Amino acid sequence: MDIIPILRALGRRKVGALLIALQVALTIALLANSLSVVQQRIAHMQRPSGLDEADLFTLSNQFAGSMVDLSARIRSDLAQLRAIPGVVDAVAVNSFPLRGYGGSTGVTRTPDPKAGSLNAAEYAATDRTLATWGLRLIAGRNFRAAEVSEFHAGESYAPPAVAIVSQALAKALFPHGDALGQNIFLTTTAPTRIIGIVARAQTPWAANESAMFGAEYSLLEPMQLVSPGIAYVVRTQPGRSTALLPVAQQQLYALDRVRILSDAQTFPQTRAEQYRSDRSLALILVVVCLLMLVVTACGIVALTTYWVVQRRRYIGMRRALGARRADILQYFHVENLLIGGAGGALGIALALGANAWLAVNLETTRMNATYVLVGTLVVMALSQAAVLWPALRAAALAPAAAIRGHQVEIS
Amino acid sequence: MFGYYLHLALRTLRRNVILTSLIIAAVGVGIGAYMTVTTVLIEMSGNPIPDKSGRLFVPQIDLWGPNTRPKGGTAQVRLPNQFTYRDVTAFMQAHMALRQAAMYPIARDVTPTSGNPYSQEGRATYRDFFEMFEVPFKAGAAWSVQDETDRADVVVLGKTLAARLFPNGPAVGQTVNLEGREYRVTGVLNDWRPSPRFYDVVNGNAFATPEDFYIPFTTAISHQIQTDGNYNCTALPASGWAGRLSGECIWFGFWVELPDAAAVRNYRQYLLNYAAEQRRLGRFHWPPLVQLSDVTQWLDLQHVIPDEVRVNSLLAFGFLAVCLVNAVGLMLARFSARANDFGIRRALGASRSDIFLQCLTETAVVGVLGGLLGLALTELGLAANRASLGYLAAAVSQLTHTDPAVMALTVALAVGATLCSGLYPTWRATRVQPAWQLKAQ
Repeated sequence: MDIIPILRALGRRKVGALLIALQVALTIALLANSLSVVQQRIAHMQRPSGLDEADLFTLSNQFAGSMVDLSARIRSDLAQLRAIPGVVDAVAVNSFPLRGYGGSTGVTRTPDPKAGSLNAAEYAATDRTLATWGLRLIAGRNFRAAEVSEFHAGESYAPPAVAIVSQALAKALFPHGDALGQNIFLTTTAPTRIIGIVARAQTPWAANESAMFGAEYSLLEPMQLVSPGIAYVVRTQPGRSTALLPVAQQQLYALDRVRILSDAQTFPQTRAEQYRSDRSLALILVVVCLLMLVVTACGIVALTTYWVVQRRRYIGMRRALGARRADILQYFHVENLLIGGAGGALGIALALGANAWLAVNLETTRMNATYVLVGTLVVMALSQAAVLWPALRAAALAPAAAIRGHQVEIS
Repeated sequence: MFGYYLHLALRTLRRNVILTSLIIAAVGVGIGAYMTVTTVLIEMSGNPIPDKSGRLFVPQIDLWGPNTRPKGGTAQVRLPNQFTYRDVTAFMQAHMALRQAAMYPIARDVTPTSGNPYSQEGRATYRDFFEMFEVPFKAGAAWSVQDETDRADVVVLGKTLAARLFPNGPAVGQTVNLEGREYRVTGVLNDWRPSPRFYDVVNGNAFATPEDFYIPFTTAISHQIQTDGNYNCTALPASGWAGRLSGECIWFGFWVELPDAAAVRNYRQYLLNYAAEQRRLGRFHWPPLVQLSDVTQWLDLQHVIPDEVRVNSLLAFGFLAVCLVNAVGLMLARFSARANDFGIRRALGASRSDIFLQCLTETAVVGVLGGLLGLALTELGLAANRASLGYLAAAVSQLTHTDPAVMALTVALAVGATLCSGLYPTWRATRVQPAWQLKAQ
């Protein structure tokens, strides 16, 4: 196939060709950047919390009325929850991963708080918390029941003698990997020894990217929190969390009416809730991208159809002079490939430029080059597919009929 | 003549149905997507208190020092965004601004006369809060200075809570039970919904609705009510409530109203003097650093608008550009298909400007139709946003589908954009040679 006549013919419809090329370029630039942003959102949403999420549900409990012997009220709540058939275990904690809010503490390697303190989420944990949550211990040991003491909210806090840390926090504090058995300091001069490291335990605010502190710096302290506001985390037998959640609510109210239970959610619900805005922002982008591809395809179909109508005479002449249908079909596809190729080259440059600008001005992550490639291939393929229908119509023109027609060009 | 062109334009809509509807669809979809995203951005970046935003300020003092700041971070120094108890008490006592209010978020269980208790969000603050932020009262008024001095159990209720507690009568003068203590109602607020909730973007969702009730700061402190918001310390406080108040933990917001530039200058100097004095007292050992931000600067500093929303807005603008480039191509095809008409009109004596006006009218009609489609799609998009946007939903929840400004803007944008993209095709159409046209016939 000779390209020169095609180029020469294109020279006669510069503006139309330019418009298609520009559209292809813009589409590629937007598609690549959107794909990259969507992928970042998805990666952000899919980070594991470290918990066995499928079989957990949680309840936020606020005791009202008399606050005398809160400790006993919490103990009997836990006994009630654990007695529900199908419940594996239940714990009462200050917060849990992805709850959205919780407490944090400064952590240092030396007693001097000014010496580069890290901020870690604090979880009040007992000997049962690791198993209930499903945290995976990768070094050291769990808390022993004897190490767990009650901590009454509002009373003065003494740092615990031992603690379990997330792997991320262990690495940040002790980059050489010797965190186990080391002492750390929780904003006081009294040391706390690391007795265990869990593979992963996200912070309560892990979903919030703009949160001041990291997503995986977590610290478990051996204490049973005693406070009017407390969270129950309940682990059920596989597949039963949704069914047992209303049962648990009902039984807790039956046991003690003077309380407010809120945010009763299975863990998958909590996760969906926490990432709701991420998901919908990604969804908007996907919808906009799909619409854009449809618009671009329609535009190419319409302009090519118009060209076919315009060039009926020329096509008829070529057919009369011996060109086969396949030659006509090929002509339009090659023409589109030339326009699309020029648009593609411009699109790649635009995509990279736009991404660089976004990275500098809006602190987004640099995009992976594959997205530019994928975007270019998708748009070029779409462009070729869009040409197919008008090109088939052109190829179907009978030589004689084509010559009889007339059409005036203005572009 | 315009009436005739309009008539022609409407008639020709039916002639190239596929091409015309493609143009309308391209303009409509582009405008719809762009307006959906932009409306969210406009709403989020709106000024919550336009007539006063330049006179309300948040002070900040470098209480924690250079060591606590992230290394190699942003160019802007991020100072602690709240204050310790000792600082806000000093500021309140100094009374150096026209109005000033320290504040912190609280949560209390409300026990109604009948039924179960329920938890409500509130705010402990000073009476200047209401006047400073132009909070409208439906009934009654703020508590008095005397109430603040006496640490009286008084409360100002939000409209919703007042209606829930006292459905049958006026709330002012009644009492409300907040965790076992009776508070006398001095006032009930009217609808008040600043968006973002500028006076506290540090604690919780910046687009949340205002609190359900307000009590005097001094009362909250004397009842030892803890904060429902962030409580950040550099060093462990001493035990008990006294420790919470004397320690280096930040959990209070503080706002001042400064009427003019001189007042701002004076206040900045006061803050510097205060910080220098604290340094002399040995509280910290680095050079004092203070910042004074007005409402707009403060919202910017605290990153109230997420970057994702800005990125989406830019991408939507790109999408609009694609749609318009598309429309240019389609219009070129549409006018070309009608070159015969233009040729005959030219041969019958129409001037180039006549053809130009006719095409422009047609383009405008297409633009209006595209705008209407865009309007419908914007509504759809906003409804989807409201349904699925999570914490951002609060920002768009106020936009009703009848907001005339947004509607007018949408259609105007569509017509403007379509006219721009129609310019080149229109110019091409005026170039049709009458003679050449007749010859072809």
